[in-house]
Amino acid sequence: MNSSTETKGGYDAPGLEGVVSDWAADKQAFDMPWGKLMMWIFLLSDTFIFSIFLTGYMNVRMSATDAWPSPSEVFALEIAGTHLPLILIAIMTFVLITSSGTMAMAVNYAYRGDRRRTVILMALTAALGASFVGMQAFEWTKLIVEEGVRPWSNPMGAAQFGSTFFMITGFHGMHVTAGVIYLTIVARKVGRGDYEKKGYAIVEIAGLYWHFVDLVWVFIFAFFYLW
Amino acid sequence: MSETAGQQHPIGIYLKIWVLLFVLSTLSYLVDFFHLQGYLRWSLILLFMFLKAGFIVAIFMHLSWERLSLKYTLFLPVIAIIVLIALMAIEGDYVNVTRHLFFDQ
Repeated sequence: MNSSTETKGGYDAPGLEGVVSDWAADKQAFDMPWGKLMMWIFLLSDTFIFSIFLTGYMNVRMSATDAWPSPSEVFALEIAGTHLPLILIAIMTFVLITSSGTMAMAVNYAYRGDRRRTVILMALTAALGASFVGMQAFEWTKLIVEEGVRPWSNPMGAAQFGSTFFMITGFHGMHVTAGVIYLTIVARKVGRGDYEKKGYAIVEIAGLYWHFVDLVWVFIFAFFYLW
Repeated sequence: MSETAGQQHPIGIYLKIWVLLFVLSTLSYLVDFFHLQGYLRWSLILLFMFLKAGFIVAIFMHLSWERLSLKYTLFLPVIAIIVLIALMAIEGDYVNVTRHLFFDQ
């Protein structure tokens, strides 16, 4: 606006100095807390990581000449005498969606200043996330011990099944674990009242991360388990 | 700064989206349960997946209330991913064909 009157400070300087002053100038492109923008940028980079994993999975599955093991059968469970395909994965999906719902409400209550409800909902979110990781540990154990799936081979078909499965779900599980720790730390600080002065954008930032973990699972569920 | 107040919406919208995500997840599970195959299976999986992803990003992550400049920042780079997927699909198909050509003796 008033940049035409205040063109000092290296703005008109030629060469590198001008570039530096442009990028160092006190301008704000995104009207949001710094941490929130950084979280969005981080999530964008994480999108690339998971996309590359899933694209690699697509590539090896398309090029594999052996039959791809049917995820529907590999991940089936016997519950009360009934054979249910993919049931554990379905339960894990519901758990993660539920945790996303509680997280969204935690963000809402945080901005309203209701600290007690925020802490309860965040703790619930973390507990659901932890149970997700627990179920994943059960799934991995069953796959490794009972089905004999290894990153380099498996008795059901294409060897690439194991490597892509362990890499993709392992990386996602690591994100969930990190999220549980992150949420626990933030929830504790909310409960202590550390953010009374700074404001509660931190809960929304933690929420963005958590929803992203849920979002990635939507794609893994579709492409790895259902395809 | 309008953003300092943060995102505030009635709680009800989160519950509605929650129920919707439950329904969509159940539907995608049923695709497998009823052993749908071929293009019907794949298109249904993709449909439910994109609906779920869209609701999570738009409502839970509040992106539909954010400014357009942020949306561009997030969605334009994704074009590179789509290009990568297309290239790797061609590549994977090619490798599969050559493997059958040379290893199926």
